[in-house]
Amino acid sequence: MEQVANFIPLDAAGLTGLFLVGFVGGLVSGFIGSGGAFVLTPAMMSMGVPGIVAVASNMCHKFPKALVGAYKRAKYGQVDVKLGLVMGVSAEAGVLVGAQVQQNIKTAFGDVGSNLYVSAIFVITLAIVGSFVLRDAIKQYRMGPAGNDEKAGRLALWVQSINIPGTMVYFKSINAKVSVLITIPMGFATGMLAATIAVGGFIGVPSMMYVLGVPSLMASATELVIAFVMGLGGTIKFALSGYVDIRLAMIILAGSLFGIQIGAIGTTYVKPYMVKMVMGLIMVTVLFSRLFVIPVYMAQLDMIGALEHGTMVALQTASFWIMVFALVMGAGVILRALWSGMRESVSAA
Amino acid sequence: MPPAIAKLTPATLKTLALGALSLALYILLFSFEETVLQLSTGGGMGFLVPIAIAFLFSFVHGAFTGGFWDMLGLKANTRKEPKRWNK
Repeated sequence: MEQVANFIPLDAAGLTGLFLVGFVGGLVSGFIGSGGAFVLTPAMMSMGVPGIVAVASNMCHKFPKALVGAYKRAKYGQVDVKLGLVMGVSAEAGVLVGAQVQQNIKTAFGDVGSNLYVSAIFVITLAIVGSFVLRDAIKQYRMGPAGNDEKAGRLALWVQSINIPGTMVYFKSINAKVSVLITIPMGFATGMLAATIAVGGFIGVPSMMYVLGVPSLMASATELVIAFVMGLGGTIKFALSGYVDIRLAMIILAGSLFGIQIGAIGTTYVKPYMVKMVMGLIMVTVLFSRLFVIPVYMAQLDMIGALEHGTMVALQTASFWIMVFALVMGAGVILRALWSGMRESVSAA
Repeated sequence: MPPAIAKLTPATLKTLALGALSLALYILLFSFEETVLQLSTGGGMGFLVPIAIAFLFSFVHGAFTGGFWDMLGLKANTRKEPKRWNK
């Protein structure tokens, strides 16, 4: 069995580490609809897991996690299943195209070119979308109680006013009909991003909020349906080639299912701007993590002068730990919001 | 009756049973890890093995983790959802 050689022996420390990262990633996913993958994949690779097995195993933990999270949040009335499925199917197409683009870049420019492409997409997407989401969260926070009733923005109202006969679908989350010609590119972009940086939700959730006008709690819950569809499709694709290490996937799942329950419960206590706040904070922090590694890849491609080996290792290590920090900070903000929400709820009762 | 025993409601017992089943599934997976990995990479319908395991674990472990936090008192807020969500 040649491919079994891809699967490393697992030790207690590695398993514990994956369980814990899974827990924190699950907590964040349960709350904002995605997250955790950007730490999990490099964490597995640092244990000696080959890159493609790490990606495949991450996918295989993602769809059952998203299923549990979506089910939980559907019980709170936060999921628009139809929107999730429509965007999920188009996201699946985006994943396939995104993976092909990655493959083409890798063939043309090698591993370093591929890494530079991933980092560039990371930085551009996170800088634009992350700063916008964070600014909006702060604006909504400053509005006080008025910010709790999220109204569709100008772009969303315009999108809802477009009528293209034969393509209109009613979505309960916005109580309006929208053309699938608008949701398909949104889903496609979500899938492309998922194939590139492993977290499609950084486009999926903001696009639902700002392009369609979906309330933020509902957008983050619906993202879990998209993640389920994408994760299941991705897992089938990788499993057909025998790349899924089910042990790794199930250990991460063990932790992440504990986390996703808390994240989902958290959404019932917090004000809507918290979803944007957590997402924006994580995106902007992860953005800084990628800035550290871009010089490494540029040096490897001879675009800038050579860096010393020690400098490269230090930059890559700093980048990884900033991503871990982003995830832990997101989880910390969620737990704090959950704690104060529960206290308010108890004192109000 | 001591409080710890008094708290053994049907819901708690169900959660404990799901926890035991979840643990048993993990023990089984790691006891037969080589066989499972060989089956899942063996070609043919083998690709269904990891997918079936993932679904099974998500149902059992998912139900357990939901009950686990509930048992510890971490429950969702039962406030009314905003009007737009109910339309």
